[in-house]
Amino acid sequence: MNPTSETLMQNTAADASIGQVGHVGHAHDDHAHHGPRKGWLRWLLTVNHKDVGTMYLVLSLVGLMIGGIMALLIRAELFEPGMQLMQPQFFNSLTTMHGLTMIFLAIMPALTGLANWMVPLQIGADDMYWPRVNNWAFWAMPVAAVILWSTFFIPGGAPAGGWTFYPPLSTTYGPESIDWMIIAIHIMGVSSFFGALNIILTILKLRTPGMKLMDMPLFTWSWLITGFLLLLAMPTLAIAATMVLSDRHWGTHFFGADGNPVMFQHIFWFFGHPEVYIMILPAFGVISEVVPAFARKPLFGRKMMIYATAAITFMSTTVWAHHMFTVGLPVWGQLFFMYSTMLISIPTGVKIFNWVATMWRGSLTFETPMLWAIAFIVLFTIGGFSGLMLADVPADYQYQDTYFVVAHIHYVLVSGSLFAIFAGVYYWLPKWSGRMYNERLAQWHFWLSVISMNIAFFPMHFAGLAGMPRRIPDYAVQFTDFNMISTVGAFIFGFSQLLFIWMLIKTVRSGPPALARPWDGARGLEWVIPSPMPYHTFITPPTDKQIHDEGPKAYE
Amino acid sequence: MAKRLIPLALALTAPFTPAMAAEQDPFSFNMTQGVTATSFDAFNLHMLLFWVCLIIGVVVFGAMAWSLVRHRRSRGAVAATFHESTAIEIIWTVVPALILIAIAIPATMVLVAENAQPAKPDVIVDVQGSQWKWHYKYPDQDISFFSNLATSSRDASQLGAKEPPSSAPYYLLNVDNPMVVPVGKTVQIRVTSNDVIHSWWVPQLGFKTDAIPGKINNMTFVVSKPGMYRGQCAELCGAGHAFMPIVVKAIMPAAFADWVQKEKAAAAATKADAAGPWDMKIAMAQGGKVYGSTCSACHQANGQGIKGTFPALDGMKLSVKDHIHIVVHGSKKNPAMQAYGKQLSDRDIAAVITYERNSWNNHTGDLITPKEVEAAR
Repeated sequence: MNPTSETLMQNTAADASIGQVGHVGHAHDDHAHHGPRKGWLRWLLTVNHKDVGTMYLVLSLVGLMIGGIMALLIRAELFEPGMQLMQPQFFNSLTTMHGLTMIFLAIMPALTGLANWMVPLQIGADDMYWPRVNNWAFWAMPVAAVILWSTFFIPGGAPAGGWTFYPPLSTTYGPESIDWMIIAIHIMGVSSFFGALNIILTILKLRTPGMKLMDMPLFTWSWLITGFLLLLAMPTLAIAATMVLSDRHWGTHFFGADGNPVMFQHIFWFFGHPEVYIMILPAFGVISEVVPAFARKPLFGRKMMIYATAAITFMSTTVWAHHMFTVGLPVWGQLFFMYSTMLISIPTGVKIFNWVATMWRGSLTFETPMLWAIAFIVLFTIGGFSGLMLADVPADYQYQDTYFVVAHIHYVLVSGSLFAIFAGVYYWLPKWSGRMYNERLAQWHFWLSVISMNIAFFPMHFAGLAGMPRRIPDYAVQFTDFNMISTVGAFIFGFSQLLFIWMLIKTVRSGPPALARPWDGARGLEWVIPSPMPYHTFITPPTDKQIHDEGPKAYE
Repeated sequence: MAKRLIPLALALTAPFTPAMAAEQDPFSFNMTQGVTATSFDAFNLHMLLFWVCLIIGVVVFGAMAWSLVRHRRSRGAVAATFHESTAIEIIWTVVPALILIAIAIPATMVLVAENAQPAKPDVIVDVQGSQWKWHYKYPDQDISFFSNLATSSRDASQLGAKEPPSSAPYYLLNVDNPMVVPVGKTVQIRVTSNDVIHSWWVPQLGFKTDAIPGKINNMTFVVSKPGMYRGQCAELCGAGHAFMPIVVKAIMPAAFADWVQKEKAAAAATKADAAGPWDMKIAMAQGGKVYGSTCSACHQANGQGIKGTFPALDGMKLSVKDHIHIVVHGSKKNPAMQAYGKQLSDRDIAAVITYERNSWNNHTGDLITPKEVEAAR
């Protein structure tokens, strides 16, 4: 496509989005000065990528809090042996809903929120490719959230078969609420599917003329690749969920004793393993933005970073059965999935090495976004190490389904995805709000979180190795000390997040004005936008000079 | 915490006898070395991986720490502009690949050996999981029994229990009837499930084998030391997931032969009893035992059940006919209520129904006979 036709298309999309707003009576002649609608209808009807991004981020914060309350209830029950607070079935509902909430309603919407805000700004586009689909995709999410969370109040209780909802526990033996969970999963799946398609199309179709694909910022790159992974994973989940629904109500026997319960696990993990990369690749993208900014040095091995992301994506579809080493796979199957899982650590390792090399001989400063990025690199690597250990099948016969696995997933999801999201929020918040956050408050949030996260999750490695299975509401007395320490850490971590909310409110309401480029080392088209940011940006595409100065050759 | 640790340590070490010396160290931080070749291999691979990861960690985090200290702007560091090096990127792709090959080779050898099933094991045990107990059947010895959570653990694990968990010996890791195997002999387990997926795991034997309905998974092991080896179900299987432990009692082959004889004699005695007298006192005594091991996991020792999940039996209005029917054939509405006709004898079922109809606030006076149960099958 030549630049002229691309510009044309971009203008058409811009007109279309303005047209929608005009339709409900807010037409202005001058698009560039068009502000948001007044009142709450702004949020319901908005097709502006910034508003949608904000809503995704707020939803994910709500999800994080609700999922966090569930986590604290779990940890409170596990503080000591014996059942003190709840019945085992309710405990199982909590672990199930904690997992579903954190994955689908905290981490994923947060990453989508970052994409909504940053992808158009990073590629000099005026909005998303399908602004109205963007609105629908978002508003499907709160509906799904309400359906999912309301299952706590229906007879039989919330789903309790784990977020992986293995049959037959979630078919023949599951409560009624499983049906509602499946409906919620379908809604969230459709939302994610169209969200991903929208992001892909935005990047491919609305990228400013003059920005080559290989020159795109790493965050946008990682989302381009993640988008395709979502297009693959979400329909797979929908298939698995629909087959469960069919077994429950329409007399099929896909996953019963007379069918094949293991088949569900194959289908589920063919979604499930790409899913963990869906949650980590955009996080990698954030880290690849933050580290160069505070090292004041170009990202090391930029091309390799992109190739590594693509390699991880491809490989992530070939490792699923490493979640299933004890189901009785043939030995060649176990070997294949052991090798493919070990192999995926090579491109992941390359990324870690490249971040370290980016810091090497830089001019480092340690503002809050950089602190989160450093914590991410160290702690995610620890999660990577336990991942490598879990790949080793004979050892996994011992690790499988223990707290060692719980420790692993929380090192890659909390100190991985969540910490990267925090890094991104602190990095871009001055841009979004036009105001600077309080560095002192932010550092308190960081240090409390990073210390308590390790207090909460590190002892879980030991509990698992000592023989404690996961997903148990009560445990043998020899695991008491590990669990007490974990619970203390979890409560400190949970309450530390209130500092984050306080920081956000304080910044938005009364933070001092931020510079257009609050970080002197930050490069990218988002930083050429004035601060505070106009409601519509890049109505006229960025200049060639801007594209060059903010691109990969920026530091030369 | 240390204050709590000391009495706990004393409490746990007190019941130790020489025969139990092989038991897992209760304050272990690390994977057990266990008592089978499989567990030993798992431990060795685990430690190999641990050291590999530790060395990689020291190198990577060391480089990072050096950079964080030396290359900070506050020390006047000026940023370099390099941003790639083909040589170094090849090195840090190839070196990890070589490390992976080095750890994959022993893992492959161990895995292939572990999955080779011997033609003729010395003892075969059919292991069947169900919500929430294990059933062990020795097809060649004609022995079969259920293994339930010990009553002391069951009582201490109730919400608002009077006794603390520390009062129950081997809390949640203790059963009424352990699986018994001979030391030094090849034992093959054939694992399956009666309802949902469970997983049979004893850390000191070194492996998990999932119990999957409609599928049989085989695993072989040789226990090298006599002892009691304790484990738990490892796959989420419902409300009682934490309450279906596995205990394997490994004894010398001669003692194993004695045990087989004793079990056979006991089975014959039960059969003889079945023709014996039947009255309220006998039925209530036997019914109480059956209730404790089979029913109380859901309906609770006090017959109150769990609101919303498991119905209360105290104050129930079920007719004798319906009561027998639901125990023998299970509940269509709630599959957690299994068809106990397949698991219990006529006498056991008659006893437990009698017990349920005459305990707590139920005073029906009904005495159910084994004949009535037989007729309902």
